Amino acid sequence: MSFLNHLINGISLGSIYAIIALGYTMVYGIAKMLNFAHGDVIMVGGYMCFCATTYLGWPAPAGILLAVVVCTVLGVVIERLAYKPLRMAPALAVLITAIGVSYFLQNAALLIWGSSTKSFTSVVGGSPIPLFGGQLTIAPVTIVTVVTCIIIMVVLTLFTNKSKAGTAMRAVSEDKGAAQLMGINVNTTISLTFAIGSGLAAIAGVLLCSAYPTLMPTTGSMPGIKAFTAAVFGGIGSIPGAFIGGILLGVIEIFAGAYISTQLQNAIVFAVLIIVLLVKPDGLLGKRVSEKV
Amino acid sequence: MQKLKKYAATKAGRDAIISFGIVIIAFIVMQALLAADMVSSLLEGLLVPICAYVVMAVSLNLTVGILGELSLGHAGFMSVGAFSGIVAATCLSGTGAPEPVQLAVSIVIGGICAAIAGVIIGVPVLRLKGDYLAIVTLAFGEIIKNIVNVLYVGLDSSGLHFSLLEQRFELAEDGEMIINGAMGVSGVSRLSTFVSGFVLVLITLLLILNLINSRAGRAVMAVRDNKIAADSIGISTTRYKLMAFVISAAFAGMAGTLYGLNYTTTTANKFDFNTSILILVFVVLGGLGNIWGSVIAATLLTVLPEMLREVGDFRMLIYAILLIAMMLFNNSPLKQRILEKRGMKQMEKLEKAEQSGKEGA
Repeated sequence: MSFLNHLINGISLGSIYAIIALGYTMVYGIAKMLNFAHGDVIMVGGYMCFCATTYLGWPAPAGILLAVVVCTVLGVVIERLAYKPLRMAPALAVLITAIGVSYFLQNAALLIWGSSTKSFTSVVGGSPIPLFGGQLTIAPVTIVTVVTCIIIMVVLTLFTNKSKAGTAMRAVSEDKGAAQLMGINVNTTISLTFAIGSGLAAIAGVLLCSAYPTLMPTTGSMPGIKAFTAAVFGGIGSIPGAFIGGILLGVIEIFAGAYISTQLQNAIVFAVLIIVLLVKPDGLLGKRVSEKV
Repeated sequence: MQKLKKYAATKAGRDAIISFGIVIIAFIVMQALLAADMVSSLLEGLLVPICAYVVMAVSLNLTVGILGELSLGHAGFMSVGAFSGIVAATCLSGTGAPEPVQLAVSIVIGGICAAIAGVIIGVPVLRLKGDYLAIVTLAFGEIIKNIVNVLYVGLDSSGLHFSLLEQRFELAEDGEMIINGAMGVSGVSRLSTFVSGFVLVLITLLLILNLINSRAGRAVMAVRDNKIAADSIGISTTRYKLMAFVISAAFAGMAGTLYGLNYTTTTANKFDFNTSILILVFVVLGGLGNIWGSVIAATLLTVLPEMLREVGDFRMLIYAILLIAMMLFNNSPLKQRILEKRGMKQMEKLEKAEQSGKEGA
């Protein structure tokens, strides 16, 4: 039974990684940049929900809504102020700027909320549900996390494949110049992508803090890196890839911690990533682009 | 003198003269200030770390600027160098050799261990490209951190003892633990001095600048600029990539030893992802492929957060804003215009000089 328990925990953690990775992969697909500040947007989402429910006494759904709205606006503002002027700049300059934004968000949070750990009350109440006569328990938050993740994944796939804005997004990610010639507003499309990615980060932040109820200014950085790993694992730029990568990463992490060593948990996760990339250099579902001379 | 003039006229020569000039002048000024006792204890404590960071930045510039591959795990090599160097220094402390010799041998051993790690990591990593390569170096950096965190090393009369995850060996009475798992090392004798750091910086600059201007260095840059073209004219791309990567790792290891032997306690978490990023920031702000830029950026950005200590809690916030502002300015149309204006003025000057030269003749 403990195997099943670990599997459920793994899928739950993996779903959170998958939601973050979806945001990562969309932003990467369209802006071709590693947005290192993404993990810190998660942290901002967590704090927003925390403030709304704990300080203001709002109900949980209102707290989640506030987190999503604030993070969406934050994502668009960051894009406009920090990344847009660098659209023609070399990739490394954008990367360093993203790191600067990440430092900025962490330290702003440190100034506003202090360095002490806040204990987050889960947005999903209720006691664990017993299964198989109590041998196995599932926390309600686990179910909510997994269901949310699947809904987000399905909606995003439909959105990018069927809707007009989604088509524009794919066009911009393929070729900005050609998309502009076709009458697509590239700036709006990129902003929209950042808005969606950051909104997803807010949801991930609330779910992450509900499952692991400690909140500090650096809460987002490690999940951010892991989700980035998950996105690469599944093939960066691919939505189903990010989903599969996230779930696999979560399951591997929990199993490695349970059966091998908690201290080497992260090392094992990264070792698996390296092995996957050596066998499939473009990730599990990545597209192979041949190099032209 | 004529030779020096000729050398200074080439780009390579100019770079070398500027790099060495900056380092030597900075060293002399600091020594004078130290002698006059005008350096705050805070800045004095920063001198060795600055040297270590300069070596780190110059060595990372070899990977990122010259080889053109983004590495996000450079702190991993620093960690390997620091801990192997500390183990070496502890082993040597009983030999009675003079301290500078102990330090030099430890630094060399740290460099060799990091170079070995560089080969182990470089062979698989360099098969990948771009962001995939970056994430794998990040992964290796985290793996090194995790492994050092569960590493136990002890020394007694029968030699060195190693174990992973938990302490599985018994030490003899005269033995001592060197690396104690997540607790790291403590009670290290501080062998590093500013002078030794300065010497290490000079050696690094000498070797790396010479490498860049050698046949091998040009081959590495050819691989960076166009791998397929380099391949087709018979350059072994794998070999040169690995060479640059391993040399970069070796210097990072030496810097790590210098850094590790500057503190009495060190833990593996000191060399995490954030440290790798810090070094990358030095390299990018100093200019990719620009060695003396790395030297200046590493020095300034190590001192800057300390200077900002007066503003207290806002310190890192201001650092972040400055970082973003510098990147934005570096790539803004404003800077382009300033550069263009300067270029125009220089052109005019040259034309005038030419004309007056003609008239004179």
